Amino acid sequence: MSLVQGAHQETSQPAKVRAVLLAWPEFNKPAVWLVAVILLIMPFIANGFFLIEIFATTLILGTVALSLMFLAGYGGMVSLMQLTVAGFAAYMVAVFGMSANTNISLGWPWWLATPMALILATAFGTLGGALAVRTEGIYTIMITLAIGAAFYYFTNQNWAIFGGHTGINTIATPRFWGIDWRSDIPFYYVTLGVAAFCYFAVQYVSRAPFGLALQGVRDNPRRMAALGFNVNAHRVAAYAFAAFIAALGGVLQVWNYRQISPGSVSVGACIDILIIAVVGGITRPVGPFIGAFIFVILRTFALDLLVKFGLDGNRFRLLIGLGFLAIVFWSSDGVIGLWERWRRGAAAADKRAGGGHGHG
Amino acid sequence: MTRFIERHPAWALILLIAVAVLLWLILAVWPPGLEEAIGRKRVFLNALFNGITLGSLYFLVASGFTLIFGLMRNVNLAHGSLYLFGGYVGYAISAWTGSWILGFIIAFVAVALVGIALQIIVFRRMEGQDLRQTMVTIGLSIVFADLMLWAFGGDFYQIQTPNWLVGPIELPLVTAVRSSGEAVYLRYPLVRLVILVAAIVIGIAMWLALNRTRVGMMVRAGVDDRDMLAATGVPIQLVFVAVFALGAGLAGIAGVVGGTFQSLSPGEDTRFLLASLVVVIVGGMGSIPGAALGAVIIGLAEQLGSVYIPTYAIVVTFLIMVLVLALRPQGLLARR
Repeated sequence: MSLVQGAHQETSQPAKVRAVLLAWPEFNKPAVWLVAVILLIMPFIANGFFLIEIFATTLILGTVALSLMFLAGYGGMVSLMQLTVAGFAAYMVAVFGMSANTNISLGWPWWLATPMALILATAFGTLGGALAVRTEGIYTIMITLAIGAAFYYFTNQNWAIFGGHTGINTIATPRFWGIDWRSDIPFYYVTLGVAAFCYFAVQYVSRAPFGLALQGVRDNPRRMAALGFNVNAHRVAAYAFAAFIAALGGVLQVWNYRQISPGSVSVGACIDILIIAVVGGITRPVGPFIGAFIFVILRTFALDLLVKFGLDGNRFRLLIGLGFLAIVFWSSDGVIGLWERWRRGAAAADKRAGGGHGHG
Repeated sequence: MTRFIERHPAWALILLIAVAVLLWLILAVWPPGLEEAIGRKRVFLNALFNGITLGSLYFLVASGFTLIFGLMRNVNLAHGSLYLFGGYVGYAISAWTGSWILGFIIAFVAVALVGIALQIIVFRRMEGQDLRQTMVTIGLSIVFADLMLWAFGGDFYQIQTPNWLVGPIELPLVTAVRSSGEAVYLRYPLVRLVILVAAIVIGIAMWLALNRTRVGMMVRAGVDDRDMLAATGVPIQLVFVAVFALGAGLAGIAGVVGGTFQSLSPGEDTRFLLASLVVVIVGGMGSIPGAALGAVIIGLAEQLGSVYIPTYAIVVTFLIMVLVLALRPQGLLARR
């Protein structure tokens, strides 16, 4: 009996592994494991500044941009309100949780305030999405930008809930099991965990039936409708999923800065998320994280770099804008696209060199 | 008009009643009960006129935006930057020469030239790729915003109103009656009224140019079917350049107007981009009358909202957009 069972296990184990590898092809690449290990041991390499200001910020911005990548890459809907959803979640954490603005904050404990914020922000994003899917294609950008801008001006005007243009300050962060989760190393692992969760969730959904149907809707909504798929329901569901991811990013962001103000949800910030996603590449979930890394590095070091070259250090946004223009002009799928084209070019050159007898 | 009444009798009735109530509110002397309920008549009339003049400014910005969108399917998110650039040019010229009118002309020409350059250098290369064009306009708006910040700094600028336009005039609208039986008339800044008239003239001129001239015919045909128009041998690239120049130039003029009765500073570009977006979403993409209607609605909503419900004024604007999207997603006056 035991022998049979053992034999059975022996045959099924590799099959299971193969099935997992088939579902998650990235586990098969050594580069992925290398990046994962580096990210995991980062606190032992980098000091507090790099850990939070560079890597945690990258992961947070990457998570928000990931939600845009999901909508744009798999749904064909370029939504500029993902940062607004994140900002809404951040505001809700501040409003329901504890902060220095005691007349606004309700003072709920974090384990109650955070889920509340996530639910409300997801609902907000879903409603916005339901509005945006009323029209198609290029109009989506306009409507979502209008929603984002309206939210920004609203937070500026409204003192009762959103604290006007000074925002809400000194927001309490979670502290339990004897750990202050906002201190550098635990917070880094929290952001890493959330970012990894979102990354794998997007990967998984993109291969699940829903994700495949969504990609079908992106490519040919008419045919999908004729096949019996509810096109708008798929789009709204995509908005809901993306809103949840963006809300997670927003919660992390408010824990990171411990304050939220209209400046964090400004139109410029909304557009930054688009830039991050496009520069990284909106065809693959890893793109937004690469884009966020480039963006954060530029934002942090452009000033010193520009000054070193004898230029005005304040021209950081000019640099970002020109870089974005260059990417849009020459590579429609961002840095990933450039990298892949370069590799393909190199592989082709290799083949030609290896063939030897070709036309050179 | 008669067809509209035949097709939607209920809506026509509601509209008629609304217009009648509005006329009564404007013309009649308010009874004391009403003044107690919603405040002084002077405040209401001022908000109403501010809304309409703000709407005329929005119309100037949004008409260019909607023209460019209608013909080229190009969502020009750098339109706000063109507005701000026009404002700065107008400021520089009028401060240098002392002539307000000259500021207008040069702002129109300068911004139209920028528009022509954009169309020829950038957008012609990526025709038909809507999303990519939009991304490029986003990149351009960032670059422009930073260049203008570089050149003009973060200060507020206000363009000097010419002497012959300074000061209020008395309008034949009674705001209140003194206890002595003497009527008090509404006083309103002349410059705003002039701008309102100018916007109406420009709007009518555009409507005539679009509906009564040969070039206008080409533009309208292009809005309906760009490919067919090109196939009939019309030099469509020239039409594109002309429309882009006109749309950009209008944004430039609007910049001077905005710089005169409001102020210019970094961030105004986004504000007016948002205004144009909402106006064309409400009014209907690619439609000039739609832009006019949307602009007046949004201008009124903003001003009346900021007087009567200050902290939620923006929500009114937004709710209007949501309502239009829910009931008539193509916009109020769009044909499709």
